[in-house]
Amino acid sequence: MISRNSKEKLIGSTRPYKRYCYVIASIIALLTLVNMSAFKSESRLAKFVNPRFSKQDSTISKKAFLQVYRVLMSPRCMNCHPLGDIPLQGDDSHLHFQGVKRGPDGTGLYALKCSNCHQSHNLPGLHMPPGNPKWHLPPANMKMVFQGRTPHQLALQLLDKKRNGGRSVKALIDHITSDTLVLSGWTPAEGVSKPPLTHKAFVNAFNEWINHGAVSPDPEKK
Amino acid sequence: MPITDNTYLLHINHKEIRVTVQPEMPILWVLRDIIGLTGTKFGCGMAQCGACTIHLDGEAVRSCVTPVSRAAGKGIITIEGLSPQGNHPLQQAWAEVNVPQCGYCQAGQIMSAAVLLRENPEPTDQDIDDAMSGNICRCGTYLRIRKAIHLAAAIQKSRAKQ
Repeated sequence: MISRNSKEKLIGSTRPYKRYCYVIASIIALLTLVNMSAFKSESRLAKFVNPRFSKQDSTISKKAFLQVYRVLMSPRCMNCHPLGDIPLQGDDSHLHFQGVKRGPDGTGLYALKCSNCHQSHNLPGLHMPPGNPKWHLPPANMKMVFQGRTPHQLALQLLDKKRNGGRSVKALIDHITSDTLVLSGWTPAEGVSKPPLTHKAFVNAFNEWINHGAVSPDPEKK
Repeated sequence: MPITDNTYLLHINHKEIRVTVQPEMPILWVLRDIIGLTGTKFGCGMAQCGACTIHLDGEAVRSCVTPVSRAAGKGIITIEGLSPQGNHPLQQAWAEVNVPQCGYCQAGQIMSAAVLLRENPEPTDQDIDDAMSGNICRCGTYLRIRKAIHLAAAIQKSRAKQ
């Protein structure tokens, strides 16, 4: 039988031990949290630096994107992805005549909506409006600007759902492969140039970029 | 879609009209040369000036480049049909401000302004510029047009209260 005194002694001696337990448990919990957040940021990085891709893959991917970039920055693509709210026109990418503006949904404003002039097809003749049933700019809440973007910036933007129209990689590939508005860049109106690659070469380069890791070209040195 | 080969049933100023024309014929040609509604003017023929603006299902389309095949089954309103008595707030304001000089572009100006006032009953100067900058006036009546649109907005508002 334990005497009252010795019991108190025993309890007294366990109190510091309990305190140590609490401290150790808190430290373990804290370390677990820190580890989890580190894991989270690593998985974020893994999207861009995937260990299953080699350095060679990275080189191929970057090189392929530079071909993609040439097309995206050509007037047939960039003119509808302007920096401001006014679409661009022609091979010199001048501001659209008539003071046309994007509007909230990208289809223009008031009496100047895209389809007021642009038909479902190109009209014959120089300086006639080009056409497509879906003629529009990106909406005001997601402008998807190409104009002025560097290869590094544009590659990151294309992979970012918050800036690419909410598209997954698969949806991006579908968009550039079969969206009729994208395809219309290769059947331009009279008197304006086509993009610098064929559509097939463009899609191949895009797939090569993705399949070798979707690596963005290095940021430009200032 | 045509009713039969190249025959289209058009709804122009709330009337049904049957025309037999090539599907790619611009609506402007149908209006002026076939039906005889000459209020809508030919300006540039390439959607650059706005003189030929009409309403197609309420939108201010350029009739010189819009094929008749696109208009089939849709409501077409021209300057002649904007208001049955010619007393649309814009027409009243245009007369009060004495907007036109030569008058050639004015039908297109009014049709564009009508879309603006429908979508934005109290437009600012910037809204007016955004809506009207596709309608060119060689006489330079732009300031009177702006003034008349503000007046029309006020007329429209006062009529709505009555």
